[in-house]
Amino acid sequence: MEKFDVIVVGAGPSGNAAAYTLAKGGLKVLQLERGESPGTKNVQGAILYADALERIIPDFRDSAPLERHVAEQRMWLLDENQSCTGATYRDARFSQEPYNRYTILRARFDRWFSEKVKAAGALVICETTVKELLRGDQGEVIGVRTERAEGDILADCVILADGANALLGERARLRPKVRADDMALAVKEVLFLPKETIEARFNIAGTQGVVIEIAGNITHGMVGTGFLYTNKDSVSVGIGCMLSDMKKQSLTPYQLLEGLKQHPSVKPLIEGAEMKEYSAHLIPEGGYKALPQLYGDGWMVVGDSAGFVNAVHREGSNLAMTSGRFAAETLIELQQAGKPFTSGNLAAYKARLDGSFVMADLKKYEEVPALLHDNPHILGTYPRVLGDAARAILTVDGQPKRDKQKQVLAELKGKRSLLGLLGDAYKFWRAFR
Amino acid sequence: MHIAVCIKQVPDSAQIRVHPVTNTIMRQGVPTIINPYDLFALEEALRIKDETGARITVLTMGPPQAEEALRKCLSFGADDAILITDKVFSGADTLATSYVLAAALKALDAQDPLDLIFTGKQTIDGDTAQVGPGIAIRLGHQLLTYVSKIRELDPANRHIVVERRAEGGVQVLRSALPAVVTMLEGTNEIRFAGMPDMFRAARQELKRWNRDDIAADLTQVGLKGSPTVVAQVFGPKPKAIKALRIEGDTPEAIAEAFIDKLFTDFPQLEAALLEHLDQLGQQGVTQ
Repeated sequence: MEKFDVIVVGAGPSGNAAAYTLAKGGLKVLQLERGESPGTKNVQGAILYADALERIIPDFRDSAPLERHVAEQRMWLLDENQSCTGATYRDARFSQEPYNRYTILRARFDRWFSEKVKAAGALVICETTVKELLRGDQGEVIGVRTERAEGDILADCVILADGANALLGERARLRPKVRADDMALAVKEVLFLPKETIEARFNIAGTQGVVIEIAGNITHGMVGTGFLYTNKDSVSVGIGCMLSDMKKQSLTPYQLLEGLKQHPSVKPLIEGAEMKEYSAHLIPEGGYKALPQLYGDGWMVVGDSAGFVNAVHREGSNLAMTSGRFAAETLIELQQAGKPFTSGNLAAYKARLDGSFVMADLKKYEEVPALLHDNPHILGTYPRVLGDAARAILTVDGQPKRDKQKQVLAELKGKRSLLGLLGDAYKFWRAFR
Repeated sequence: MHIAVCIKQVPDSAQIRVHPVTNTIMRQGVPTIINPYDLFALEEALRIKDETGARITVLTMGPPQAEEALRKCLSFGADDAILITDKVFSGADTLATSYVLAAALKALDAQDPLDLIFTGKQTIDGDTAQVGPGIAIRLGHQLLTYVSKIRELDPANRHIVVERRAEGGVQVLRSALPAVVTMLEGTNEIRFAGMPDMFRAARQELKRWNRDDIAADLTQVGLKGSPTVVAQVFGPKPKAIKALRIEGDTPEAIAEAFIDKLFTDFPQLEAALLEHLDQLGQQGVTQ
C-alpha cells in the first residue's frame, strides 16, 4: 500500500495552497481530487484577493490567468419597484500596480494553481473520490479509502479540503452534519460579451474591471446577495441565498437569478450576451459559531470544509488559501522538529488561525448570521423604504419637501415600529462594529 | 503480442461554442477529452491484453498538453505511451497526420514488432475517418474499418476475425496480421482504473518523439504536408419559423380559420385541391 507524509483531499484554493506549501517544504504529498481536472467542480464569483495568494506564490501575477483587476466597486440596493439605489467607489489607486483584487474564472485559475502544485513536487491524482477516512487503533486518522479498486492509501496526516459539504468529516464523526441554516446556495452564469462591449458598458479600459455587489428585494426578503463581475470577455452574474430560506419560500435559485438578470439596472449591462457557463455552489455562511473542530489525531480541516467564509465581506477563497497554508506550515514545522502529527501538536494550526485575520474577522461578525436570520426585514424592508424615499425626494411634483420627508418617515414607521427601528440599529451596530 | 493504439486529444464538442461573428470555434476554456471513439479502441486492446497478456503502447501526435490524454490511457492499463510532438507537425491535416503516425509506428515496430494497431473509427472534431485507413495503406497492413466486434484472435496462426458494420448488414471478415482496426462506438465501455494504475500513470515517464525519432520527411508533415485548405467557414442560417396561434369559439370556427390561413399562405395548395375535387366530381364520385 502506498504511504505518504500527507494526503490532501480536494484541489480547490485551500487544498492547492496546502499541497503546494507542503511540497515546497519537502514533504511527500498526495493530492486527490474527484473532478476530471482541478477546477471542474469548483465554483466561485470569483474575486481573487492578491494578498493571500502572494504569501504562497509571491510572483503569481507573472503566470496566473487573471481576468481584470478591480478598479471600481459598486454597491447596489435593488427593490421590487425596479429601482436601484447605490454607491460607487472608483479609485485611481486601485489601478496602480501591483493590483490588490482581480476577477478570475476558476476553471482556468484552478488548473494553473494545480500545475504549480505539481511543479512543486506533489503527486496530484484526479477523478478519484475519497469515500472515507481510515482510522487506526486509537481512532487516529491513518489514511483514506478511495472509490477505486485497491484504493486504500496511508498517510501520517490527512488534510480535509473537500469543500462546503464536508462529507468526509461528517462520515468520520469528526464534525456534525452541516445545517441548512448555515448554508447559502449560490447560482452563477458566465455570460460572453465582446471585450469592447464590456469596456463601453462599464466605462473601463485595459485590464480594469468593475465589481457590483447587490442586495435588496431581488432575494425576495431572504438573507442573500447578488453580484455582477466583469471578466476579460464575459461577465459573471450570480445570486445566493440561505438554503433554509429557499426551502421555506419554495423559491428556486434560477428564479432568483432570472429576476436579477431582468432587473432594469442589470438587464442593459448583459443585453445580447451568450451564456457560457452555468454553475451552482454551496457556501458555508454560518460564520464563527458554526466552526467545527479543526484538527485531531492525524487530520486537519481547511477552507470551505471548515466553514472559513466571511459572508459579510464576501470573502472565502482568501481564508481558504490562508488556512491551507497554515495547515501546511504547521506540518512542516512539526516534521522538522521530529514531532508526530497528534492532536496536541496540531493545535498549533488553530493557534496560527487565531493569530490571523481568519479568526479575527470571523469572530468580529459572529453575531451577523443570527441577526440576519432573525431579522429578515433588514434585507427586505429597508432597501424598499430607501428606494421609495429616494423616489419621493427626487420626483419633482410641486409637493413641499417637508411633506415628502414626513411621508417617508411615516412609511418607515408603518413597516417597522420605532422601537423595532432602534433595536435594529443597535443590533446592526453591535454586529458590525 | 504488441498492440499500438492511436488516440487523439480533442476539444469536448459538447462544450464547444462558435464565435458569433467569425464563425470559428472558440477553443479557449473548452476542456479537452480523449476522442471518445479512441476509448472503444483502447478498451478493445485492453481486453486482448487481459486474455493474452499483450503489451499496449498508446501513441498520439499533438502539442505538449496531449500528455494528459496519454497519462489517462496509462491509468486505464496501457503499458507505454509515446507523445509525438514537434513544432513542425502542427497544422497537419489528415494526410500529414497519418504520415506522421505511420512513421512513428514504423519506428515502434522496428523496436518491438506490432501485431495490431487500433484506433477509433474517426475523431469527433474532424469527423473524416481518414487517418486509420491512411496509416494502414502507408504501412501496407490489412485494414478493418468500422469494427463492432472481435470474434477471434489467433496470434499463433496470425489471423483475426472481426464483425464489421457495413451498409445494410454485418460483414464477418477474416484477416492476416498485422492489421489496422478502427473501432465503432458502443462496442464496449472503458474500464474504471484501480488505484495502483492511477499511481503508475501519474509517475511513469512518457516517451517524447520528435521529427528525428521518426525519421520524418519534412515536406510531408505539418502545414507543409497538408494539401487541405479551409476555404470558408460559415454557420447554418437559423430558420425563421414562427408558431401561430389560431383561435375561435367553436372547433368549426377554429378549423375554418386554419383552412383560411393555410389557403392564404399557400394559394397553390387551394388551387391543387380545387382541381382535385373537380376531377373527382367529373368521375362521378360523391364527396
